[in-house]
Amino acid sequence: MKHLLSTDGLDRDQAIAILDTADRLKQALLGREVRKLPTLRGRTVITMFYENSTRTRVSFEIAGKWMSADVINVSSSGSSVNKGESLRDTALTLQAAGADCVIVRHPASGAAHRLAGWLKHTGTSVVNAGDGMHEHPTQALLDAATLRDRLGSLDGRRVAIVGDVLHSRVARSNVHLLTTLGAEVTLVAPPTLLPTGVEKWPVAVSHEIDAELPSQDAVMLLRVQAERMTGGFFPSSREYSIAYGLNERRLKLLPEHAVVLHPGPMLRGMEIASVVADSPQAAITEQVRNGVHVRMAVLYHLLAHEEETA
Amino acid sequence: MGIPSRGAPLARRLAAKITEFCGKSVGEGTLDITLYRDDLRRGPTRPLETTKLPDGGIDDKLVVLVDDVLFSGRTIRAALDALRDHGRPRAVQLAVLVDRGHRELPIRADYVGKNLPTSKTEDVVVMLEEFDGRDGVVLK
Repeated sequence: MKHLLSTDGLDRDQAIAILDTADRLKQALLGREVRKLPTLRGRTVITMFYENSTRTRVSFEIAGKWMSADVINVSSSGSSVNKGESLRDTALTLQAAGADCVIVRHPASGAAHRLAGWLKHTGTSVVNAGDGMHEHPTQALLDAATLRDRLGSLDGRRVAIVGDVLHSRVARSNVHLLTTLGAEVTLVAPPTLLPTGVEKWPVAVSHEIDAELPSQDAVMLLRVQAERMTGGFFPSSREYSIAYGLNERRLKLLPEHAVVLHPGPMLRGMEIASVVADSPQAAITEQVRNGVHVRMAVLYHLLAHEEETA
Repeated sequence: MGIPSRGAPLARRLAAKITEFCGKSVGEGTLDITLYRDDLRRGPTRPLETTKLPDGGIDDKLVVLVDDVLFSGRTIRAALDALRDHGRPRAVQLAVLVDRGHRELPIRADYVGKNLPTSKTEDVVVMLEEFDGRDGVVLK
């Protein structure tokens, strides 16, 4: 594998190989005093974040460092991006400076694909750490890893993705990955927060959260992305919360074994009630923990093999 | 501690034999060395294997590394590096089923099932009941 740009097109064997590697890495690091593997010694990983992020950037940085790669963080503020340098020139500069892997987050959908195109014929790998409203593949992989931990396998499992699907790259990446892994996905959202063309996705669609909860093995809540909203998508946040928020009453509608996921950052009291976020069903801190192992696995699959220049 | 894949069942068998002969149970585990290899960039992505330390860890213990074939010695070098990250054993020894020669590093085994002089072009295949349905060593 040279790049990880989306979960669309990631086949079942590749996805399972990454998840298995993540499991083994977790196992190899368990209970160790020295959390450092020599695997990527001498490799340089650059994170390039054009959008705010805490957990994804930190998680990639830790993943790289635990595998002994040199990790350098570039953000749009404090770099030449602020002087008007284009994404292409910044990427070519980083590549020329010796980056083996560029991890990019960008507000424009498709940015990571463009980057991979520009870096074609070089040895530099590209990881999409979230591009606009398109994809966020490592988030979907860590969600799948968390579900595998809790539920065993994803084959035939039912997962509801609830909330702002329209603006969510997490939802898109999860729809592809979870269905590839054999899960049945239901999107639950008001019609205004569903993308056009959703009827062609390999998912069921519902507008009624209460009707869906009793049959689910997992619920993934999405943050309402106010920063991407330009119009009125629902009357008020209180009304949204009443109609689609996962509160204590709705938690009881779920089967006992069901898992509650949230990619973070959470808006407690909006899409998820505080008691639900802190309940034993919630796997939100496990998601973050798995995020490090999954990103280590991704770096391993991209960097620890002979060079591909295609 | 067995080095996967074929060192792992060999280590299990040795541990069971030691228990059988001296009545003292010994801890047993597996140590994957993939992440410590020096040739990761010379081939396709290698899948990782299981690492499981013996109960009670390896600090201040006598650890016997177990592998099927000793050849260049590079696997054992990687295993020593991996071991160091997991703890500080009192001593480390090496047991192999077959020593086929052609060492590239200053490493030797403490216990050898069979010294098997080979040419570099030959292949030594160890078959184990657990993987192959029968036990055997084949020189190709």
